[in-house]
Amino acid sequence: MWVLDNLDLIGKLTLEHLRLSIPPIVLGFVISIPLGWVAYRFRPIRGLLLSVAGILYTIPSLALFVILPPLLGISVLSELNVTVALTIYAVAIMSRAVADALASVDPDIRQSATAVGYGQWRQFWAVEFPLAGPVILAGLRVAAVSTISLVTVGILIGVESLGYLFTNGLQRRIVAEVLTGVVMTVVIALVVDYLLVVLGRVLMPWAPRKHGRSKTVRSAALQTLAGSAP
Amino acid sequence: MNLFADALAWLFSPERLTGSNTLPQLIGEHLFYTFVSVAIAALIAVPVGYVIGHTGRGREIAVRIAGGARALPSFGLILLLVLVIGVTRKPEAAFIAFVLLAIPSILAGAYSGIEALDDRVIDAARALGMTEWQILLRVEAPLGLPLLIGGLRAATLQVVATVTLAAYIDLGGLGLPIIKGLALRQFDQMLGAALVIVILALVLDGLFALIQHFVVPRGVTAGRPQEPHTASSRRSVVMGTPIEDGNG
Repeated sequence: MWVLDNLDLIGKLTLEHLRLSIPPIVLGFVISIPLGWVAYRFRPIRGLLLSVAGILYTIPSLALFVILPPLLGISVLSELNVTVALTIYAVAIMSRAVADALASVDPDIRQSATAVGYGQWRQFWAVEFPLAGPVILAGLRVAAVSTISLVTVGILIGVESLGYLFTNGLQRRIVAEVLTGVVMTVVIALVVDYLLVVLGRVLMPWAPRKHGRSKTVRSAALQTLAGSAP
Repeated sequence: MNLFADALAWLFSPERLTGSNTLPQLIGEHLFYTFVSVAIAALIAVPVGYVIGHTGRGREIAVRIAGGARALPSFGLILLLVLVIGVTRKPEAAFIAFVLLAIPSILAGAYSGIEALDDRVIDAARALGMTEWQILLRVEAPLGLPLLIGGLRAATLQVVATVTLAAYIDLGGLGLPIIKGLALRQFDQMLGAALVIVILALVLDGLFALIQHFVVPRGVTAGRPQEPHTASSRRSVVMGTPIEDGNG
């Protein structure tokens, strides 16, 4: 049985995979908050920013791995290349989610905050950001799962992750090896996704639970966004 | 920027039109794999999506498939199918992988286009005496078309990206110069091909955006300033939804 004989390798590659996945997810989140805020706050920039995000999201990963290095002056085969490329995808997904999320905050609540004397900075962190949280979390989850799956493409440019099991398994014609790579990638994605959901529940007890949660989120988005097609 | 000049020189060299793998041939292969896979996937996913959207049955499963598919590493799926189906039947294996990867987005586009409609629209159609088939084909399908096209758009882009990776198993397409260039350390052909892939993806994306714009039924645009879907439901078709966010 291939799996039992190679537990060390699987464990090592799984950790490597996580190490490569986490920076793009975290960086994407951190960069998207100011970008999403700018897109939400300044209408004319919104269209431009969301179009650029859409275009970047359209670029196939292998092509991006080839185009970035000459722009950044790094080697194609470097790990930094994968990190930057995946961060770009994460930002493309999440900046849009942040902009939509902020727009979904009830304007009455915003006005109340202003009325009680909240400045813009405090209003953002204490009122708008927490209320936008559930929609931002949805974007973060999509970005996290797609990042974890895309890390495997890095093996084509020599950056090792669970993707190593794909190419090595094909060369050695071991079905179990490739299957292990696919299954482990999906497992990591599901575990990280689940952890994000749990984290969201702990950090945002005000988010409506399970039943009707997304309905509330969606109808809130519906009311505010109905007039603003991107 | 010298590297980009080299890439352009490679792209526009007369040698790209001669020999075994000419540039037009690679583009043709790439488009062929993409369109055939998306068409097959649509034949499967659109009827299923319409049934789910119309009856509301099975939507939990559909939502899970649409969200969970994102976790599936496409490169691994291709290589797995090649090994399972047989190294001698690579194109068949690759086609199955492309179709499997295209189905979730199209399914999501088909059912969410119908499901996101205002219930009163369907009630009105029923009150007019329309049969369920008439409601599906004459009310739900046309009104849901923009979101269905959105699903096809996402699926097409996903397959374009995946066909690029399939060059690793000698399937041809525009990924070939990149994979060969990596082995031979020839950066000009890698960058040249990557630029063509980006242009191809952007052109396809733009075409779908245009179609999406034009398929909004005239009655909808005339009566109201926007189509009967929210901006967020359109976004979720293009960008995707989280794995089990299915209780909306």
